[in-house]
Amino acid sequence: MAKETAITMIKIKEKKIDSKKVEDGASKDGAKIAIKDVKVWYDDFMAIKGIDMTIKPNTVTAFIGPSGCGKSTFLRLFNRMNDYVEGFKMEGKIKLNGTNIYKDKINVEELRKEVGMVFQKPNPFPKSIFENVAYGLKIQGIKDKKILNERVEKALRQADLWTEVKDDLKKSALALSGGQQQRLCIARTLAVEPSILLMDEPTSALDPISTAKIEDLIFELKEKYTIVIVTHNMQQASRISDYTAFFYIGELIEFDKTKTIFTNPEKQQTENYITGRFG
Amino acid sequence: MNNFQKNKLIDHSFKILGMLFTFLGILILAILIYNIVKVGYTRINWTFLTSLPSRKPENAGIYTAIIGTLDLMLLTVLFAIPVGVGAGIYLEEYAKKSKLSSLLEINISNLAGVPSIIYGLLGLGVFVRFFNFGGSILSGSLTLSLLILPIIIVATREAIKAVPHSLKEASFALGASKWQTIKNVVLPSSFGGILTGIILSLSRAIGETAPLIVVGAMAYVPFVPQSIFDTFSVLPMQIFNWTTRPQQGFAIAAAGAIIVLLLITFVMNGIAVYFRNRWQKKLQ
Repeated sequence: MAKETAITMIKIKEKKIDSKKVEDGASKDGAKIAIKDVKVWYDDFMAIKGIDMTIKPNTVTAFIGPSGCGKSTFLRLFNRMNDYVEGFKMEGKIKLNGTNIYKDKINVEELRKEVGMVFQKPNPFPKSIFENVAYGLKIQGIKDKKILNERVEKALRQADLWTEVKDDLKKSALALSGGQQQRLCIARTLAVEPSILLMDEPTSALDPISTAKIEDLIFELKEKYTIVIVTHNMQQASRISDYTAFFYIGELIEFDKTKTIFTNPEKQQTENYITGRFG
Repeated sequence: MNNFQKNKLIDHSFKILGMLFTFLGILILAILIYNIVKVGYTRINWTFLTSLPSRKPENAGIYTAIIGTLDLMLLTVLFAIPVGVGAGIYLEEYAKKSKLSSLLEINISNLAGVPSIIYGLLGLGVFVRFFNFGGSILSGSLTLSLLILPIIIVATREAIKAVPHSLKEASFALGASKWQTIKNVVLPSSFGGILTGIILSLSRAIGETAPLIVVGAMAYVPFVPQSIFDTFSVLPMQIFNWTTRPQQGFAIAAAGAIIVLLLITFVMNGIAVYFRNRWQKKLQ
């Protein structure tokens, strides 16, 4: 009896979350990120100097700014990847759909299933293509062959890689080209079904054709995910993002609709940077 | 002679010099092996391998020494690998950087350089006397484990350090815990390096004599050890003992035993190389 009540309660809770998302204007899966007065130190060096920002669900937000401005550090706060960095210290709140992810009780592993990340350099595991995509699922204890096969295929299709590799799933991922490897890394991340996708300069190591493919992909993925992308490529930011944030030496200088940032920025500094006068 | 020609000459001379040194090393080893094989090959047969030691050189065999060596190595592997690899993983993946951990690191590196006789004395004091294991296989293998532990720890750490950070990050970013990352990404990628370190350390242990003399290994053991508390002999002990005898027959027997010891060592190194290559191929 008690068990049943518990189950119904969980179901009700799930429903509540779903309806809440719809109320927020989110279509399906994307999550909202609310950042409040975030400061970051590496030992004595202050890398982020107090940033407030809200990232809307199912949008693509681009972080731009010169090297060392803290945009990567800021991005890596959202899945707590900085936790392993020696001397890292953080203040402030980052709320994911209302939950502060820097609370003590937060399960970091659970958080990272919700917030996927694609890195600058393609970093497939030295395993087969299948094993790479199935990695996150196996970590969660999913062993059922049928489920694994289904989810791997779905993720590879989402990452627009399925047709290229469907006959070579057992082949080593390291045999793929750089662009394919990066799409594999995206597929690997999607397989875990996160709601937020963080991308840290995902195309900086790729040729223009592979870059175009990934940009198309980002455009498709925002239907279901909230995407935050760090990029050094102004054209890329203007092509794919809905919102753009300009960072400079640990501060958020300007954050607005991409169109506004690129056509009519409020701050002189932003204009100087996007027109290539510095940085 | 202009500068260009001079550089070319230096370049060329260094190449030849290097080649000479390389061949010199191999040549000396080859002469050594040739001499031993020339003397000892007459003794290499099944009877020699399966006979007990004897006062008469023509009857003497190395059965107990081989069994002792194998038993000792087996136990040493059992003790040293889990502890050594575990310590290596801990130091590399879990230990926070602090004064204590850097002190530990320096000391482990230093331990790798401590003369083996000192380990023998330690073994005598701790295992033979304090724990009262006596001059047994157990004491011997525990002592050898201590001897090779630092080598395994250092090798494990180096192998783990060589795993690209980006792979670990990828694993963490997919929601893997630290242990899952170690198990699924770090260890598979560093397995070849760790294995090489283990086998090289065992190759060292298999040839050790000094610490075992101190711990109490016998040169003359007329029976095969039945338990880990029995006294034992090992091949290097047998060789050492035979070479001190005046009879010519024992010198021949010693040469035979050296051949066997070398073969075991080569086979072990061969296995290490095989596994490492296989692993590297698998990773590509």
